[in-house]
Amino acid sequence: MAALRREGRRFAPLISPRPITAVRSSPIAPTHEDEGPIGVRYISTQVVRNRMKSVKNIQKITKAMKMVAASKLRAVQTKAENSRGLWQPFTALLGDLPSVDVKKSVVVTISSDKGLCGGINSTSVKISKGIHKLNSGPEKETKYVILGEKAKAQLIRDSKKDIELIITELQKNPLNYTQVSVLADEILKNVEFDALRIVFNKFHSVVSFVPTVSTVLSPEIVEREAESGGKLGDLDNYEVEGGETKGEILQNLAEFQFSCVMFNAVLENACSEQGARMSAMDSSSRNAGDMLDRLTLTYNRTRQASITTELIEIISGASALEG
Amino acid sequence: MLRQASRLLARRPRLAARTRPFSTDLPAADQTADATFTEAWSKVIPNLDPPKTPLSFMQPRPPTPSSIPSKLTVNFVLPYASALATKEVDMVIVPATTGQMGVLPGHVATIAELKPGVLSVHEGNEVTKYFVSSGFVFIHANSFADVIAVEAVPLDQLDANLVQKGLAEFTSKLSSATTDLEKAEAQIGIDVHSALNSALTG
Repeated sequence: MAALRREGRRFAPLISPRPITAVRSSPIAPTHEDEGPIGVRYISTQVVRNRMKSVKNIQKITKAMKMVAASKLRAVQTKAENSRGLWQPFTALLGDLPSVDVKKSVVVTISSDKGLCGGINSTSVKISKGIHKLNSGPEKETKYVILGEKAKAQLIRDSKKDIELIITELQKNPLNYTQVSVLADEILKNVEFDALRIVFNKFHSVVSFVPTVSTVLSPEIVEREAESGGKLGDLDNYEVEGGETKGEILQNLAEFQFSCVMFNAVLENACSEQGARMSAMDSSSRNAGDMLDRLTLTYNRTRQASITTELIEIISGASALEG
Repeated sequence: MLRQASRLLARRPRLAARTRPFSTDLPAADQTADATFTEAWSKVIPNLDPPKTPLSFMQPRPPTPSSIPSKLTVNFVLPYASALATKEVDMVIVPATTGQMGVLPGHVATIAELKPGVLSVHEGNEVTKYFVSSGFVFIHANSFADVIAVEAVPLDQLDANLVQKGLAEFTSKLSSATTDLEKAEAQIGIDVHSALNSALTG
């Protein structure tokens, strides 16, 4: 009797009195829709099994991505930590004036090319937009130089006219100083600026990345600030050796400072990207694990329900025969 | 994503507390620079934390002492490593564009550009020599010297044969150069190689 019922169900679309609505599984796989007490429908075990298989694959993939990010992080982290000494002498000499009042500021936003790295690119873009807003006013203009695909995608939507230069595929080859100094050279040649503000995520630890802005001033602004006293007032006390004019040395100094600060910023951002990807993939695999647990419970419940229904049918059929 | 955001938000105030546990540690000067920026930021963008600036990540330098200190503190940094970090030495000789410059404690504050040459660090009786390609040196009034070089190698890692070959190569390039850019590049090559040569021989 139950066997006949089961056979009947294989041709369900043709002979079932109830229309099959909302069939969630693929039309190829036979649907063993079970009906418990009136109104309750159980999802079929085949559907749950397929879902479990795909979730398990996703868990494996994200776990592998986490391992890859961890190994890449280890490689870049030593480089970034070694380069930290590079910008400190410049800040010791020239100080740091993020609130300097200039006519032309250029925001250099550093972001990653690949996604799946958490929220660090959005944070960088938000900070860049904030700086743009901070430095806007009469006679003041702010332009963007973008490094990385992700910031490009976000900034091109509403600030397209403010973008001067876009550079992508930075990490195709391992990062080194020569590459970054060529990049810095390009930016310095093509973009007019009074102050350059470099926005990046500084790497503190695997779970903490601090958005940071480093300011590099053009030589004219450095002279202006030195003359007006204040933070850079004792710059005039420094004797400048060599070169024909002080201005020439200061120009070289500003360019060198920019390339050093860029090098450190790019390395720190690369570290933050890998760290953020590690934690994103880690929470993703944990989520997949949770989903798998829930699906296993649903699967077992469905399986047991169908077994129970079959038993009920057999027993009720047997008792009907006995009379 | 939301889980991460709450984790990061919870961590950020703790991190800020850790980098500046005692606000009296920092000299008042960089507090004000940061303060104007943070104030301006919070007026314009109230919802977002202001970004950090490099000053908050740096140890402040000691002020100029009244008497000349006995030792010079040297920071010798390269893009790939800090060769010397706050090392106390007696004297350094740097290859500035105006010639070899000796730096002793109490040297007047100077900014100098470096040309390819030999940097020697004198500590007691031992002298360490490096060949630097170029860079800058900042000498501060408080007897701190910062040498920032693009490339530096200890002298014993230089190969004399390759130096000669490079010199010959660049000399021939200079004679066959047509554009100004090629001439400049060849000239730079010659300068570096002849400096290497004199470093090895002298």
